Amino acid sequence: MFRRQRSIPLRGSAAALSNNLSVLQLPVCNLTHFGVVHGPSAQLLSVAPEGVPLAQRQLHAKEGAGVSSPLITQVHWCALPFRVLLVLTSHRGIQMYESDGSVMVYWHALDSRDASPVQAMFARGIASCGHFICVGMWSGRVLVFDIPAKGPNIVLSEELAGHPTSVTDIASEPAQEQDPAGERGKGSPCLSPQDCMADVVTADDSGLLCVWRSGPEFKLLTRIPGFGVPCTSVQLWKGIAAVGYGNGQVRLYETSTGALHVQINAHARAICALDLAPEVGKLLSAAEDTFVHIWKLSKRTESGCTEVEHCHGECVPDTQVCGARFCDPSGSSFAVTGYDLAEILTFSSE
Amino acid sequence: MSVRALPLLFLNLGGEMLYILDQRLRAQNIPGDKARRVLHDIILTMFNKSFIEELLKPQELYSKKALRTIYDRLAHASIMKLNQASMDKLYDLMTMALKYQVLLCPRPKDVLLVTFNHLDTIKGLIQDNPALLHLVDETLRQLIEVYGGLSAGEFQLIRQTLLTFFQDLHIRVSLFLKDKVQNSNGRFVLPVSGPVPWGIEVPGLIRMFDNKGEEVRRVEFPHGGNYVTAPKEGSFEVYGDRVLKLGTNMYSVNRPVETHTSGTSKNLSSQAQQSIAPNPLAKEELNFLAKLMGGMEIKKTSGPEPGFRLNLFTTDEEEEQAALTRPEELSHEVVNIQATQDQQRNQELARIMGEFEVMDQPRWSASKGDDLLAMMDEL
Repeated sequence: MFRRQRSIPLRGSAAALSNNLSVLQLPVCNLTHFGVVHGPSAQLLSVAPEGVPLAQRQLHAKEGAGVSSPLITQVHWCALPFRVLLVLTSHRGIQMYESDGSVMVYWHALDSRDASPVQAMFARGIASCGHFICVGMWSGRVLVFDIPAKGPNIVLSEELAGHPTSVTDIASEPAQEQDPAGERGKGSPCLSPQDCMADVVTADDSGLLCVWRSGPEFKLLTRIPGFGVPCTSVQLWKGIAAVGYGNGQVRLYETSTGALHVQINAHARAICALDLAPEVGKLLSAAEDTFVHIWKLSKRTESGCTEVEHCHGECVPDTQVCGARFCDPSGSSFAVTGYDLAEILTFSSE
Repeated sequence: MSVRALPLLFLNLGGEMLYILDQRLRAQNIPGDKARRVLHDIILTMFNKSFIEELLKPQELYSKKALRTIYDRLAHASIMKLNQASMDKLYDLMTMALKYQVLLCPRPKDVLLVTFNHLDTIKGLIQDNPALLHLVDETLRQLIEVYGGLSAGEFQLIRQTLLTFFQDLHIRVSLFLKDKVQNSNGRFVLPVSGPVPWGIEVPGLIRMFDNKGEEVRRVEFPHGGNYVTAPKEGSFEVYGDRVLKLGTNMYSVNRPVETHTSGTSKNLSSQAQQSIAPNPLAKEELNFLAKLMGGMEIKKTSGPEPGFRLNLFTTDEEEEQAALTRPEELSHEVVNIQATQDQQRNQELARIMGEFEVMDQPRWSASKGDDLLAMMDEL
């Protein structure tokens, strides 16, 4: 049973984007950071327990050539081995900041030579994996940045080509160990179990998913075709890709084989966000239909199947939800943003 | 944002404008021939072939200021005149109606059906004029050509772009409040019952499969809504049953519309800041605007046809009162278009600008911070 907690006020309303909420949990200092995109600006909030807002900061998209002021598409905290960076993507490029947003450490402008007159340029889809940060592009390319342990010496390491249409979201998880007996690795095109540590999934507007293994050179492992519906949000858990689609479905795929394990008719409108509490296997789905659902995932090692159980459903009345995240590792609290809403709604089961 | 959103924004707002003007012309008992003349002139201007061609080119969405200027011109394309208070109210109603329609579209692609509904209804207003009917049909065909091949992802981006345009607008419309589609805080009601969009399954089912793809289990879960399957899909052809009701004419003579503009200022601070902040790209936008409006042919009024003033309020006193009490944040700032001294583009533009002065309209004052406009020489 979840109950509404105190809302956190925002300076500006949330924009109608997907994945429009990022949360950085800092249990050591008992603080939670929230990031929400308003439009040409994004707002960062630092919140103490009980939802008491302590500090806030606004970041703007860096201007560039163009008719109107650039809009931000996503803001996301990337946890790397030795640091946390805040990444902001817009219609002009990619901005990376220290985690409190105080200092911009890197700026990557979108290449206008790649521009097509019939399509808008933008960056969208952000995830960290190891010491890399991956960012998706309107063209379908995924940029991979190599991040040093400290300082601004960030380098564009690779450009991945795998998607024919605009990237929507990227997910990653620490490399998983394949089972030593190689039971599930049978039939897969890997040389050895270590080669098959799928740890990045990229998704696009056509619903296509690409499964990659990260490294100095990323390797494409599997392609999971779409079915004509955009994939709006993706998460990765124990080698399972949890995928949210524009038709309200949540699907779970086994990344090594691309096999569909679970299909949930979860929502009546496009899914706007998915989040994971990986330690407890909880998945959160939020959609434009005003609902947020929480699911319990479990992997049956004997059969290799995945099971899903519905835990909780919450209706946020008259709100087109655009972002949702768990606020603690046990998945016992979550936060929600909605289009046109100038506050972050929080729910807790404690 | 999407470079395909502008035509849908323009045509749908234009459609709403025609619905409202049609209702007010009848409510104010304007003689039939004059009323018809006004609507025909506006429709002729709106669907001008080269204007529509320019509109359909891929481009970014204009600012609110630029859009408002276009509708000011469009509303004055004939013998009818509107005071600022009435024009403000007209624009408020147009924008809130379209915001409602876009927000409630079941699928992003359905915003095209909303557009077709507007065009179908406009055709109903000009049944006696085959030339005009042909113009609108032509526009329908061009829309199908441009939008017919777009993917679901591109429509999602279009919808997000349109919603960004309407962000933070919470003007309460009494017709919406009465019909309970808008709450007293200005937000629209999002129902959780009824048919699901076409192509979406009713939520509530979990299906689990094994590695061979065989279904091993299915479980139902309580999804919280009260949904049923969609009956049928609307038609995307030039003629057809759109099925969707959004975008059809909700006004009638017996349902007068009032807007409440007070009490909604809470979220407007960010919006007001955006419009006052100096925009260094206003000049480029103006160039686009002038180019677009250069394609708008204004039908010259032949002979001493007397103009008339339309009032969006029930009485003149109400209109005056509305002008005085309109909150500062909501004042729609209109761009003052003045031609540049650029010789190459000057002649045709000057002629068009000259025609805009025919009706002796009040000169809208330039908005604050538009220093670049001051740099352009007065013609």
